[in-house]
Amino acid sequence: MEGWADIFARRVWPLLSLVLLLSAIVLLAAIAGGPLIQRTVTEALIMIVLVVGMQIFIGNSGVVSFGHISFMAIAAYATAWQTCCPAFKAAILPGLPEFLAQNQVSSLAAVVTSVLLAGAFAFAIGLPIIRLTGIGASIAMFAVLSIVNTVYSNWDSVTGGESSIIGLPTYATMPVAFLGALVALTVAYFYKFSRFGLALRASRDDEFAARAAGVNVYWHRLIAFVLSGGVVGLGGVLHAHFIGTVSIDAYWIGITFITLAMLVVGGMRSLAGAVVGVVMISTLIELLRQVEKGLDFGFFKLALPPGVQEIGLAIVLLAILIYRPSGITRGQEFTLGGQIFARFKSITMSSRDS
Amino acid sequence: MTVVLQHVIDAVSLGSLYALAALGVGLIFGVMRLINFAHGDFIMVGAYALIVPSTAIVATPLIGAWPALAMVAAILAIVVLLALATERIVFRPLRNADPATLLIGSFAVSFFLQHMVLIIYGGRPKAIDILSGLNEQVIVLGLRIPKLEIATIGITFVLLSGLALFLKRTMFGLQIRAAAEDFDMARLLGVRANTVIAMAFAASGFLAGVVALLLTTQSGVLYFGMGVQPVLFAFVATVIGGMGSLPGAALGGFLVGTVSVALQVLLPFELRLNRDAFVFLAVILVLLFRPGGLLQSRAAKERV
Repeated sequence: MEGWADIFARRVWPLLSLVLLLSAIVLLAAIAGGPLIQRTVTEALIMIVLVVGMQIFIGNSGVVSFGHISFMAIAAYATAWQTCCPAFKAAILPGLPEFLAQNQVSSLAAVVTSVLLAGAFAFAIGLPIIRLTGIGASIAMFAVLSIVNTVYSNWDSVTGGESSIIGLPTYATMPVAFLGALVALTVAYFYKFSRFGLALRASRDDEFAARAAGVNVYWHRLIAFVLSGGVVGLGGVLHAHFIGTVSIDAYWIGITFITLAMLVVGGMRSLAGAVVGVVMISTLIELLRQVEKGLDFGFFKLALPPGVQEIGLAIVLLAILIYRPSGITRGQEFTLGGQIFARFKSITMSSRDS
Repeated sequence: MTVVLQHVIDAVSLGSLYALAALGVGLIFGVMRLINFAHGDFIMVGAYALIVPSTAIVATPLIGAWPALAMVAAILAIVVLLALATERIVFRPLRNADPATLLIGSFAVSFFLQHMVLIIYGGRPKAIDILSGLNEQVIVLGLRIPKLEIATIGITFVLLSGLALFLKRTMFGLQIRAAAEDFDMARLLGVRANTVIAMAFAASGFLAGVVALLLTTQSGVLYFGMGVQPVLFAFVATVIGGMGSLPGAALGGFLVGTVSVALQVLLPFELRLNRDAFVFLAVILVLLFRPGGLLQSRAAKERV
């Protein structure tokens, strides 16, 4: 018995509102922002891909994963092998298989294969690990990240070890990152409101009741894990082609912390939370970065010592956590305001009655 | 034979260090379901407290130059105070938050402490020499054993016994155990939440202080990220030992230490650099076969 207003408010608006928000930010940056602002916005959009990717699994299953950045690493290296530096790829990475060392793959094909590889990796490790619940699952996923990190930093002939692979094409500009964010949001959104997402969310709220209602929690978690791994992989590819280098240090605790912090600050149970978290924290980091560089008030210049940026971030983060422990959005999607919604509803109801 | 014995002592000594760190993490997890990532930074701050705060390249010992007993007491006191302050300022307001929020909170504390140290002391690793007498070796039965390893094992043994006595025989210990079992029930029966959590933090800080001193004596280097690796292994140890079980945490610590040393010795040379990957693989295997850890506490099991 849903009127069009209900459908719009409940099914369309939660996604549309996020798309509109991001479009507004991108448009503003494109028109009014300089190259620096545009870079920041691009970076934030890529973070949205990562955090939304994590949200698919963490938000719907309720299992906090400390290992999702391993999918980012897998996909970033995969795209580097395929697209990097044709002239001397074979020289710096002698262990690459023939078909990778000799051939240059188109960027788009590399995106697809890298995302598939990340998804396949998620499937392979998910098969055994996804059975675990709670803190055991979190630590096992962290163990996966550690293994990827250790292996990739010592596999010199294929990954270049601890040194970076440089010279990737930097095609991930603001429009490309925006497109990536849209893809991530759409995938996450349709998953969340599909019957698969519904079943998984049911298992998050009460695993045993969901099982009793016929939900195969294992398979539903695995589906979300693979999807989530693929989207995080997409984020990894974009990130690699944004900074143009791939280095294993970049895929370790630092980014695990910042992405999880964004998700928790925004509210990990909703897509709106993922987006709001990224936008808030990226803005905060950028502001603090500006302050650290020095604010020119004309008559006096305020500059803070380096390191203040991180400390400020930590303090604001703690303040948000203390005052809004379930995140800024409290894990809710954006819905149309009660008043407007009610008015629409009364209009549709009355038109139906007449 | 002597070679094997040598490795066994190495393993027990490393395991002791991990067991101490794991107990520090496990104590707090038991009473408030917080995985305290900042525990590593308690260790780091304890180590940095030894020297004069400055960004100079050469470290000037301050507390580190005091007589051994005074130094140990001062460092332990500083870390205990730090742990208590963190509890009061950050974790008390967050007490009822879900575990993910708590963990991110502890990440933020860690981030804060590390960057404070970066600002005050600078980012370069610094050399410092404390309790250097302990780095000599003694020869027992043809074995060359660093005194420090003996000290580490001895101290751990004493602390484990002390902690066991504290938990089993004192009122506070009883309250901590009751709170770990069922926090709400314990409160209903008159256990004061603030006191018991503060006690757990104090004990955890004490253990972090001990680890700080042992680590610094052994490595002689201060580095702002020095707490990260021990705390990661401590997490792993508490989880495979059985989250919420203190004997489990100690057992897990010894196991992780033993497995690390064993892999270091047994792995072929080409794979030795990948040792940590094998340690973590072992962790995943343990979890797959015993999802609740080796000594699963009754309280941690989900009830339906």
